[in-house]
Amino acid sequence: MTMLVTTFRMLVGLFVDDGSLALAIIVIVLLSWIFATLMPDFPIAAGAVLLVGCLGVLFTNVMKAAQR
Amino acid sequence: MIWTSAAPAVTTAFLSSLVEAVEAMTIVLAVVSIRGWRPAATGAFAGLSLLVVMVLALGPLLDRIPLHLLQLVIGVLLLLFGMRWLRKAILRAAGAIALHDETIAFATETEELRDQARRHEARLDWLAGLASFKAVVLEGLEVVFIVIAVGVGRGLLGAASLGALAACLVIVTVGFVIHRPLARVPENTLKFAVGVMLSAFGIFWTGEGLGVPWPGEDFAILVIAALFLVVALTAVAITRRAKAVDLT
Repeated sequence: MTMLVTTFRMLVGLFVDDGSLALAIIVIVLLSWIFATLMPDFPIAAGAVLLVGCLGVLFTNVMKAAQR
Repeated sequence: MIWTSAAPAVTTAFLSSLVEAVEAMTIVLAVVSIRGWRPAATGAFAGLSLLVVMVLALGPLLDRIPLHLLQLVIGVLLLLFGMRWLRKAILRAAGAIALHDETIAFATETEELRDQARRHEARLDWLAGLASFKAVVLEGLEVVFIVIAVGVGRGLLGAASLGALAACLVIVTVGFVIHRPLARVPENTLKFAVGVMLSAFGIFWTGEGLGVPWPGEDFAILVIAALFLVVALTAVAITRRAKAVDLT
């Protein structure tokens, strides 16, 4: 059981270091999916939300982490 | 094979494998310095074998998943993985957190093994081999993920694997020759570059999975990477300036 938990933690650790960054990325992906679903004739909008959102999330997260 | 997608995929696989291989090699060399080549090589070989089995098992399974779903899942995982690397590389480049130092990692691992030697002399070969095995598996898992993630969407698994293999061969050869940790490899610069590329691939694949028709198709990866680079360098510059102002 302990080994399973350790392996699971190790796998999660591959993708999640700062929980707020991971959560923000997921929120941006969900927003992009909503845009892609609601505006199927204009799919590039979903791409723009995804790209600008992730760039913004990265910048904000780094600035906050540097201030800590 | 189109160079606009093949070149970034192979370069990303090569550079990320270079970083991971350096980190694994440091621990393997620490094992060598305490217990010799035999347990170190046995552990490393066992670790590599496990990774090969994982790739061989995962490969055929991935072919069964619908392409858009695969692109979306791999894309989101790449975003989480790549932006995690990039965030840390930015903070290290800005001096907000300490740089990873292979000499310190080597000294720490060597001290741990010496400590184990004092307590478990009879099982030391086994423990040394296990340390080598764990290092190869832990660092290798990241390489396997990156190779699959950048290669699977465009049928570039073979090319990305070759890029990763070439990096591992370079590091093993250099490590074998100089016989000490590769402290002069600019790890953070490599992680910075790889973080930028993985994040760009993440945006591209997630977008493809959502049905986004990227302008310029595969060429968009390079444009997205350039945007990530600009934002990352700006963040480094602002953070450095803020730290300099705080000091004065």
